[in-house]
Amino acid sequence: MLKSLQIEPEKCTGCLQCEMACSYENEGVFNPSKSRIKVFTFHDEGRFSPYTCTQCTEAWCLHACPVEAIVYNAETGSKDIVDDVCVGCKVCTIACPFGTVNYNHDSGKVIKCDLCGGNPACASACPTDAITYVDSEHTGLDRMRLHAEQNLPQ
Amino acid sequence: MAWTQNVLRVNLSQGTCIKEPLNMVWAKQYLGQRGLATKYLSEEIDPKIDALSPENVLIMATGPLTGTMASTGGRYSIITKSPLTGAVACSNSGGFIGAEIKNAGWDMIIFEGRAATPVYLYLENDSAELIPADDLWGRSVWDTDEELHRKYQDPLLRVATIGRAAEQGCLYAGVINDLHRAAGRSGVGTVMASKNLKAVAVRGTKGVGNIKNPIAFMKATVDGKKVLADNAVTGEGLPKYGTQVLMNVVNEVGAMPTRNMQEVHFEGADNISGEAMHEPRASDGKPNLTTNAACFGCTIACGRISTIDQGHYSIQNKPEYWGASGGLEYESAWALGSDCGIDDIDALTYANFLCNEDGMDPISFGSTLAAAMELYEMGMITPEQTGGVELKFGSAEALTKMAELTAKGEGFGKELGLGSKRLCEKYGHPELSMTVKSQEFPAYDPRGIQGMGLAYATSNRGACHLRGYTVSSEVLGIPEKTDPLATDGKPALVMAFQDATAAVDSAGLCVFTTFAWTLEDIAPQIAAACDGEWTAESLVETGERIWNLERKFNMDAGLTGKDDKLPKRLLKDAAKTGPAKGRVNDLAKMLPEYYSLRGWTPDGVPTQETLDRLAI
Repeated sequence: MLKSLQIEPEKCTGCLQCEMACSYENEGVFNPSKSRIKVFTFHDEGRFSPYTCTQCTEAWCLHACPVEAIVYNAETGSKDIVDDVCVGCKVCTIACPFGTVNYNHDSGKVIKCDLCGGNPACASACPTDAITYVDSEHTGLDRMRLHAEQNLPQ
Repeated sequence: MAWTQNVLRVNLSQGTCIKEPLNMVWAKQYLGQRGLATKYLSEEIDPKIDALSPENVLIMATGPLTGTMASTGGRYSIITKSPLTGAVACSNSGGFIGAEIKNAGWDMIIFEGRAATPVYLYLENDSAELIPADDLWGRSVWDTDEELHRKYQDPLLRVATIGRAAEQGCLYAGVINDLHRAAGRSGVGTVMASKNLKAVAVRGTKGVGNIKNPIAFMKATVDGKKVLADNAVTGEGLPKYGTQVLMNVVNEVGAMPTRNMQEVHFEGADNISGEAMHEPRASDGKPNLTTNAACFGCTIACGRISTIDQGHYSIQNKPEYWGASGGLEYESAWALGSDCGIDDIDALTYANFLCNEDGMDPISFGSTLAAAMELYEMGMITPEQTGGVELKFGSAEALTKMAELTAKGEGFGKELGLGSKRLCEKYGHPELSMTVKSQEFPAYDPRGIQGMGLAYATSNRGACHLRGYTVSSEVLGIPEKTDPLATDGKPALVMAFQDATAAVDSAGLCVFTTFAWTLEDIAPQIAAACDGEWTAESLVETGERIWNLERKFNMDAGLTGKDDKLPKRLLKDAAKTGPAKGRVNDLAKMLPEYYSLRGWTPDGVPTQETLDRLAI
């Protein structure tokens, strides 16, 4: 079964455990500035929202890459950067409409979410289930259940 | 490891920023943050100096777990000599700047001297620069934060700054980071202002690595987070109600200090409680509480983000206060609320916003206003002095007006900025000041919770709930229930809480974890991250060492055992209602035993033998 990251901003407290988990998994240090998932704070509204790559089927980044350094991972459905091939031209960072591919100054390559190979560290670390890893074909299941419950016969 | 092993020394007189290695011998003795910075402070200044002189140093210190995945590992403290108390000041704050300092590659920043004109520190990884801040001086915390973000066009910049209260000499001004997290107590902001240091702006992209045993660390921190999630206080009560979960609980226990601690029960507590913050209001159907919020790395998320009713008199013509910001914690709700006899939740939230906006400690401000209200009702303070404001208990208008004035150091606010002790002395009634070592009380009446009386009297930074929170045991039954009205066993209980808390603070963790965690949960996290042998026992010893070093600093500064006292009101005037009716605090029964357990002389001085045992 193919799975997707599901993000429910209303559950997020802005603690950044996901950013630390992501950077630790991928860079070996706790470093929010190198995280592939970012939590945004909307201060005056009192809201938090994590955001990361949605793993588009027709991925702009993949098509834009001039050296074919972004490849489709059939096992997880993610679009992965092949570091050895990436030349750091950043065209993919421009191509992505959502801004979720970013340049890493330290390595000279780009970084993006690769679903940690099928076991995303951000979802494991999230203390409030604002980030979960669920069946790609049923990301709406919880909301469907909620509405189904509201429609239960009295 | 976990320490970056780098200290940034900023000499404001000379305008220099120099990198030096962390003293690792001290780090292994004092762990980090509160403990380690107190060691630096003790070694670098004469405790007798004037706290507002250039000879004082101000240290912003992280702990070894700050910036890591350990839950709540985002904390930093400001350590200096306090202008309010003359004792050691150590004010702890959450938010995000502590982790940012660590991410930039620093364990601590030591500020010495005094800049000739206002400056701020801009710190980006290894690059540290003092920049003129003439254009920021005279501006609020919120304004300064916005201006620095505008200037650097960097949304991820983290800012800690003083507001106008500190600049105007308010003796309980704090340093606010991330808009509404506060190193609030003891006037650390006043010291920062005396150094002409307006702000510290930090951006760190290095990350925190250097973990001794990463696999063991990840396991220990995951285990720790599960304990927090499964606990009723840290997993349910605090996320839902914040520290305000305590308002109704403490009121029922009969330990809610009310109207300058004249009473121990507040009839309006229901209206300003954590539960009340969830109630939809009549005007717009929205509750006071917008959301709970976490500090860096915290899986508890007790923080309150609130809005004020837009129709409320205090802000109806001030749209700049219509957005969400840091809401009421239990301490601010108590100090601004029940201690002043006020149950208007919107007025309290507005006054709390002002405390954040201009950087003043709401506990000390509220308590000082409460003392002023008592003096006013006695006729010692008159409308002539207050600019015509009726300073009566229960008056929300008096609260909001005085908060506006004190935040800016204007009118009668200038006098309120002196703190309760100096204010009451000035108006001829020192006995009305509810303080220990000149610092105002927090929200637990020691007539109804006996151990807290001893904790307040012996606290190294003056009256404070966060040095030895025996409320945990005496009210909540954590780790085990003791009778709040009994004195037996309290000296040992207070000492155990004081030592454990000193160790938790020094690790860079939040003391609220200890509602669920014991040192047995914390030690494996520190041991996996840091060089050296860290066990629950060694943490207790580290905590005891820190406590005694702070005590020694205070003794060297000129304080004595005679300063371990409570106001007469709490020792002579019995509680009028509730479970503690008829009781006073029996400090005299507890203090000698406490001194003896501590290995101090009957006068409260640490003996040479004790200092030697702890290698101080």
